[in-house]
Amino acid sequence: MTERDANETVLQVNGLCVSAQNRKRQLTPIVTDINFSIAAGKVTALIGESGSGKTTISLACLGFARAGCVINAGEVKLGSVDVLTLSNAQRRAIRGKDIAYIAQSAAAAFNSALTLNRQVTETAVINGILTQTQANEKAISLYRELDLPEPETIGDRYPHQVSGGQLQRLMAALAMMCDPRLLILDEPTTALDVTTQIEVLLSFKKLIRNKNTSAIYVSHDLAVVAQIADEVLVLKEGREVEFGSIDNIISNPQHEYTKELINAAHVMPEQLPESRSPLVDGDGLDALPLLIVKTVTAGYGRSHKYLALHDVSLEAYASRTIGVIGESGSGKTTLGRVISGLMQVKTGSVALSGQPLDDAINLRDREQLRSIQFAFQMADVALNPRHRIAKILGRPLAFYFDLPQQAIDKRVAELLDLVELPAEYAQRLPRELSGGEKQRVNLARALAAEPKLIICDEITSALDTVVAKSILALLRDLQNRLGVSYLFISHDISTIIKMADTIAVMRKGRVVEYGTTPEVMTPPHHEYTQLLLNSVPAMRTDWLDNLQDNTFSNQ
Amino acid sequence: MKTAVPKVDNALPASGFKYLLSQLTLTPILCLLVLTGVLIVVLFAPLLAPHPEAAILTDESFSLPDDTMLLGSDFLGRDVLSRLLFGARVTLSVAFAIAIVAFILGCSLGFFAAVKRGWVDSVLSRSVDALISFPAIMVALIVISSLGSSITVLIVTIALIDATRVYRVARALGMDIVVQDYIEAARVRGEKMGWIIWHEMLPNALAPLAAEFGIRFTYAILFISALSFLGLGVQAPQADLGVMVKENMQGLLYETYTPLYPAVCIAIVTLSVNLLVDWFLKTTDAALPDEL
Repeated sequence: MTERDANETVLQVNGLCVSAQNRKRQLTPIVTDINFSIAAGKVTALIGESGSGKTTISLACLGFARAGCVINAGEVKLGSVDVLTLSNAQRRAIRGKDIAYIAQSAAAAFNSALTLNRQVTETAVINGILTQTQANEKAISLYRELDLPEPETIGDRYPHQVSGGQLQRLMAALAMMCDPRLLILDEPTTALDVTTQIEVLLSFKKLIRNKNTSAIYVSHDLAVVAQIADEVLVLKEGREVEFGSIDNIISNPQHEYTKELINAAHVMPEQLPESRSPLVDGDGLDALPLLIVKTVTAGYGRSHKYLALHDVSLEAYASRTIGVIGESGSGKTTLGRVISGLMQVKTGSVALSGQPLDDAINLRDREQLRSIQFAFQMADVALNPRHRIAKILGRPLAFYFDLPQQAIDKRVAELLDLVELPAEYAQRLPRELSGGEKQRVNLARALAAEPKLIICDEITSALDTVVAKSILALLRDLQNRLGVSYLFISHDISTIIKMADTIAVMRKGRVVEYGTTPEVMTPPHHEYTQLLLNSVPAMRTDWLDNLQDNTFSNQ
Repeated sequence: MKTAVPKVDNALPASGFKYLLSQLTLTPILCLLVLTGVLIVVLFAPLLAPHPEAAILTDESFSLPDDTMLLGSDFLGRDVLSRLLFGARVTLSVAFAIAIVAFILGCSLGFFAAVKRGWVDSVLSRSVDALISFPAIMVALIVISSLGSSITVLIVTIALIDATRVYRVARALGMDIVVQDYIEAARVRGEKMGWIIWHEMLPNALAPLAAEFGIRFTYAILFISALSFLGLGVQAPQADLGVMVKENMQGLLYETYTPLYPAVCIAIVTLSVNLLVDWFLKTTDAALPDEL
């Protein structure tokens, strides 16, 4: 690798426009007039909500537009070459060698039938840059640099034999095989747990610094971007909103939208929300819990062979929120499924308002079913794509309350109003709604049953920070108005702290810490809670560098 | 991240039917015309046919077309055109009945297996595998020769054989749908299985099932024609396209086209249905957004 001039411009994008093309060859602009440049060794972040065109821009830098899209104006200069004027064969020659791409979901991007080494070294070998032996050596040194365990042998494994965070780092190794001048990282940590995210972020940062590579970092979370980027391009609806150095953007945002992004970032709230007093019943005594989960053990497979919950106990109160936090595999979703009756317990019990609940759904009566509703994580797949919103919201009304059609229509309009959607949406199909709107419909469906408890399973995880923030505000507002209680499941402790009155921290199927929010948040913390707390990036550029905790550096 | 879905009106059709109409090209229009003609024949054959089905009008076998008999006479001196109209009516309505029965049976069992999983699925699927492992024509021959040939036996036997194929498709589709969160949501609500299958699953499997229906229908036409040709299907003197090919086979020796008319009929109808199904699948596939 030749030493590069520090001031050399690696990538220059001028007036880039990308449009979607329908069958009648009409164009609908996706991205309009984008200009930015990246100097050697610098990282530029593209930030914005989904649909803002960040992935489209990053793909256009490879000279690529997705099926149905065309790049209709502008130039993308890599060094002195305009990528857009090259033939397909010429573009193919630069991809992988000069520009490399790291996709959002490494799990989906790797071929599960080939060993990791084979996939990591493939580009370099078929392009004739390295021989297989050289490539293997190079791969091992990259694995070492990325802090992967057992760098000598990890390449012989298959994708399913490594964790999600490791896979994401292996993807980085794949991208770095030919020492590209430009690295494009498309939301590389979004699908990861918070603690893993930090590890991966650290490895990426180290790698970019060591190799003096330029990079485009695509993300919707400004707090994450602050740790790695030098410059930020804020996008909204395919247009540039603001461009500047990361320090400037964070300390002195000019545009309203940038301020909104900063507000919505997943950072720790500066102070805990006001703790609400426990409820009292009519006689002035402390109210009894609405839901009691008592020493529940449950698992998957025949006769609960693979346990996902060990001896879990917790209580939820009326019009209060209990937050359940943990990484993937901690059993938090399983807990939600057990409470809703989708899964049966091995031992232990679940009781609602003092009455024990049967663990099989078909043995619960309609009233019990109505009292507990489930809001799913992915609103995309939780709403039947063939049903109009009127039917999606109307069915629980017909099912639980036996309302006549007229009353249902009226109630559907009320429900839409409750979740701040226009009444005309009743006639739409789910695919005609945005992600945030779908999540609102998802909530409205749960509310339709007038439940006592809604299990919210990561309902904001798939959403952009700004949209997620509005959903959280809606949830709080609904709780104040309707007195519904939430079991709020999330992997993001900053969200949980903003929402919950009590918190249960779960790890490997056990509750490791349980108490009211102030109790859990006051030191001393359980070591795992501490780890989670440490993993929430702060809106400062030096946060990651200052992170001295050894927990992350040696994993 | 998802790319912005452009708000182009015809990309996201409000009504599936309108969208289909907008996508009509020459081939599907021709196929639709042919099938409309066929439908008219099936419904009104007795009114359209110039002569009764079994009337012997001349003692000359394989006479050439003339004014009274537009397509000439068959081996017994009956009017080929009239028999063709009556034969198409029998063949197509029986084929349609077979496809319907096969579908109701195959879809309900397939979805049932997909929802129930476990031993129910195993028992059903293995029984179906066992049935599939016999050559279809052999099963049909055995059943029909032991029970005797009648329209009812024909329909039930072939429908059963076809249902195994439909079952496979429906189960595979169902398996994909049943793991979706909206099915889970219906379960949490406490919905009964019938409602889940009918309201939540079926609408999402409709396009591929409709296509499968077309394919099953053509196979049914070919299957009855084959059975009739072997003498086990529709019995003389009733006309049927397969029977007509068989009866008039010797006509080929006298250089007449008589046995070719019913054969061409079969070919045109099956081809039209097949092309229409292909077009339908292609258009509905393109209309589905990627994230579905």
